[in-house]
Amino acid sequence: MPEATGARAVLRLRNITKRFGPLTANDAITFDLHEGEVIALLGENGAGKTTLMNILFGHYTADEGEIEVFGEPLPPGNPRAALEAGVGMVHQHFTLADNLSVLDNIVLGTVPLWRLRSGRGAARARIDQLSRDFGLSVHPDAKAGALSVGERQRVEILKALYRDARILILDEPTAVLTPQETDDLFATLRKAVALGLSVIFISHKMHEVLAISSRVLVLRHGSLIGEVVTAETDRHQLAHMMVGSEIVAPEVGGAAPGEVLLRLRDVSTLPVGNAVGLRSLSLDLRAGQITGLAGVSGNGQAALADLIAGEAMPETGDLEIAGAGIDTWSPRAALDARIGRIPEDRHRTGTISDFTLSENSVLEAYEKEPFSKRGWFDWAAVDKHTRAIIARYDVRCPGPDARIRLLSGGNMQKLILGRALEADPTIILAVQPVRGLDIGAVTYVQSRLIEARDAGAAVLLISEDLDEILTLADVIHVISEGRLSPAFTRGTKTPAELGVWMAGQGFEEAAGHAA
Amino acid sequence: MEILDILISASFWAAAVRIASPLIFATLGELICERAGVLNLGIEGIMVVGAFAGWMAVYSGADLWVGVGVAMGAGMLFGLLHAILSVPFGLSQHVVGLGITLLATASTYFAYRVALPEVTNPPRIEAFKELAIPLLSDIPVIGQALFTQTPLTYLAFVTAAIVAFVLYRTPLGLALRAVGENPHSVEAQGLSVTGLRMGAVIVGSGLMGVGGAFLTMSAFNSFFFEMVNGRGWICIALVVFGAWKPGKALLGALLFAAFDALQIRLQQTSLGADIPYQIFLMMPYLLSILALVVMSRRAEVPAALMVPFNKGER
Repeated sequence: MPEATGARAVLRLRNITKRFGPLTANDAITFDLHEGEVIALLGENGAGKTTLMNILFGHYTADEGEIEVFGEPLPPGNPRAALEAGVGMVHQHFTLADNLSVLDNIVLGTVPLWRLRSGRGAARARIDQLSRDFGLSVHPDAKAGALSVGERQRVEILKALYRDARILILDEPTAVLTPQETDDLFATLRKAVALGLSVIFISHKMHEVLAISSRVLVLRHGSLIGEVVTAETDRHQLAHMMVGSEIVAPEVGGAAPGEVLLRLRDVSTLPVGNAVGLRSLSLDLRAGQITGLAGVSGNGQAALADLIAGEAMPETGDLEIAGAGIDTWSPRAALDARIGRIPEDRHRTGTISDFTLSENSVLEAYEKEPFSKRGWFDWAAVDKHTRAIIARYDVRCPGPDARIRLLSGGNMQKLILGRALEADPTIILAVQPVRGLDIGAVTYVQSRLIEARDAGAAVLLISEDLDEILTLADVIHVISEGRLSPAFTRGTKTPAELGVWMAGQGFEEAAGHAA
Repeated sequence: MEILDILISASFWAAAVRIASPLIFATLGELICERAGVLNLGIEGIMVVGAFAGWMAVYSGADLWVGVGVAMGAGMLFGLLHAILSVPFGLSQHVVGLGITLLATASTYFAYRVALPEVTNPPRIEAFKELAIPLLSDIPVIGQALFTQTPLTYLAFVTAAIVAFVLYRTPLGLALRAVGENPHSVEAQGLSVTGLRMGAVIVGSGLMGVGGAFLTMSAFNSFFFEMVNGRGWICIALVVFGAWKPGKALLGALLFAAFDALQIRLQQTSLGADIPYQIFLMMPYLLSILALVVMSRRAEVPAALMVPFNKGER
C-alpha cells in the first residue's frame, strides 16, 4: 500500500484554547495530523508549543476545544486515556525515575498495580525487539540515573513505543543532543514513520524542522500563524512567520586584538565525576577579540568555564591575568580580576529563582560600595542599580521586586548579561549565552557581546552551536576530551573541517606531526 | 567479661527481638511513606494512637486480633488526614507531620481521660502470650530468641518480608519506588501520583499504629502516658540507617534494640555500680548516631522526598 500524506487523519485538534490567568497560552488552535507524516510545531520559546502538547497528552485541561484521536474523542486531563488512545509523548524534561532500571522505567504503569508479577521477562524480549526495529540501543538493566542524555531520550521513545503509541509527540527533542545524536534520532523517526506512526516534532530550530518534517505549523504568542508544506518553504519564510518581523543578524565588524588579558599555560584539572578534566591546555584571551570554543558537549567545556569563573583551581600549569601570575583563585578572586560571567545554567548557577531581580542583580557585588556601606545594605542603591539594568538591557519584567523565576529565559539572561557588563569587565566568560532563547533575545545578547568586544574586552564564547561560533568568533579553538586545538582565525576553517577536530581526529594528526 | 556473658545469653537476644518488634512495624510504615516521597513525622503520635486504640479495644472486650485491627484502623485514620494535607494540598510535610503528632497524642490522652476518668492505675489487659514454635524453638539460643516470641513479633518479621516483596517484585512496588523518585515519571505513564502517595501514607500509618499497639498488647500490657517515648523518632532515623530498604531497616531495628537490651543489663553489672545509669541510657542513641553516620553515607535518598507534586506544574 503506498504511503501518502493526506491519508486519514489520526488526530484532530479543534479550537484548543488555554488561559493561564491573563495570558492566553493557546488561542483556538485547530489542526489535523495524518497517518505516517511528521509535522513540526515551530515557534519561539513561550509561543505555546509545549502547552498545546501538554493538553493533548492530558497534563493540562484545555479551557475550550476538543481533541479526537483515531476518530474517538479524547477525555481531557488524563494521561492514561491519551496513552491508551495511542498517544506517546517524549517530554522535554525527561520523566525517568533515576533509581530504577531502564526496563522498570519502561514497564512502569503498563501492568495493573494489583498483579503480583511485573512480567519483566516478556517485557525484556519486547524491548530488545523494539530496540532493534527502531535503532534505539540501550541496555535494559542499566540504571536510568547512569545514562547519558542521548540514552535517556532513547528510553523515553521506547516507553512510548512499548505502549504501542501510534502518535509520537517529541517536545524539543534535539535541545540536549549532539549533532550525531540528532542524526540518530532522525533515523529512528524515519523508521517510525515508515511503519505508519505519525509524529509531532516540536522545535525552534529551523534547519531541523526543514530536515525532518513534511508540514510545518508555526505558532506565535499562542496562535497558529500558518501552515506550510516543508518542501515549499525556506528558513527565511519560517523565521519571518515565527517572529513576525524581519530578522536582523548582528553585525560583526573586524576585530582589533590587543594584549593578552588571560593566559593559561599547560593547565590540567582533575576529572569531576563523569566530567572530563583539562589536559595540558594552553589558551590566550586577547583584548578586543572574541575567542570561540567549539566542541561536542561534555569534552571539558565545563572544566574550562569553572576554571576561568574561579570555581576550580588548575591542578598543574599556570593561570595569568593581565600578565600577573595567580596564587589564590576563587570566584571572588575572579570577580576582583574583573571577569564577567554568564554561566551556562541561568536557573541553577546564574540566578536564585526565588530572589527578586534586585537581589539577583547584586549577587556578585552585594558586599561592595555602593550596595553595602559599613556592613549595612543600601536597598535604595540596589534598586537604582537594578532599574538601570532593566532599562539599559531591555529586561521585560513587572519590576525590580518581582521574583526572577517569573521571567522568561530571555529576560533572565538579559539581567545576567546586564549584571556582568555593568561591572565593566575586562574579560567576559560567556557559556552558551543564547541557548534556549528566542531569536530576538539571541540577536540582542550577541550584539551586546560584540559591543563589549569592540570596547576592548576579551570574550571567551563557549558554545555547542557551531553556527554561533562561526558567526561571532574572531578566533576559534576546538575542545575535545579536555584538549585544545590550535587557534583558527575566522574564515579559515569550514564547519566540516572543524567537525573533524570536534570528533577528536585532528589532535592525533597534530601529535603525529609533533612526534 | 560480663558483656560477653550477656551477649551469649538467650534471654538477651530474646529481649532484643522483643524490643525491636514495634520499631520494625513503625520503621516499615515510615519507609513506605518515604519511598512514595512523603516524610511522615506524624509517626510518634500515630504510635500513641495505635497503642491506646488497640489496648482500649481489648479492654472493652474485643479479641486481641480485633484490637490489632482497631489500632491499624486508627493509625490509618490519622494517616488519611496526613495524606490529605500533604499530598493533594501539598502543604509542608514537616508542619503537617508535627501537627499530626501533636494532635494524635493530645487527642489520645483526652480520649483516655474521658474513657477512664477516675482511674489512677491504668488497667491491665490479657495481652498476647508467647507462642513457642514447635521444633524451631528447641534450637539453643536462637530458639528462644526468635521462635519463643509473641505472635505480633512473628507478624513484624512477616510484614518486613511482605513489604520487601511488594516493593521489589510487584508492579505496585515499582510504581511506589518511582513516585518517590520522580513523580513525573508516574504521571507520564498514566498512573495517579496522588493516589499512590495517599495510599502509601495511609498504609504506612496503619503499620505505625500496629507498632504502637505492640507496646500495649505485647510488651507492657497496659497503656500509660509517654509510653511511646521517642520510638517514632528513632524509626525515622532507622529508615535512613536502612537506606530506605526493608531488609536493612529490619537489621537496624534489631541493632538498636540489641544496644537497648544490652544497656539495661549492663546497668546491673559491676560497671553499673561505678557509672551513672544515664550513660547507659544514652548508649543505644549514641551508637545509633554513629551507625547512622557510617551507614547513610552512600544511601540513595528518594529524590522527590518532601517535594509536593502539583499536576500541571513543572
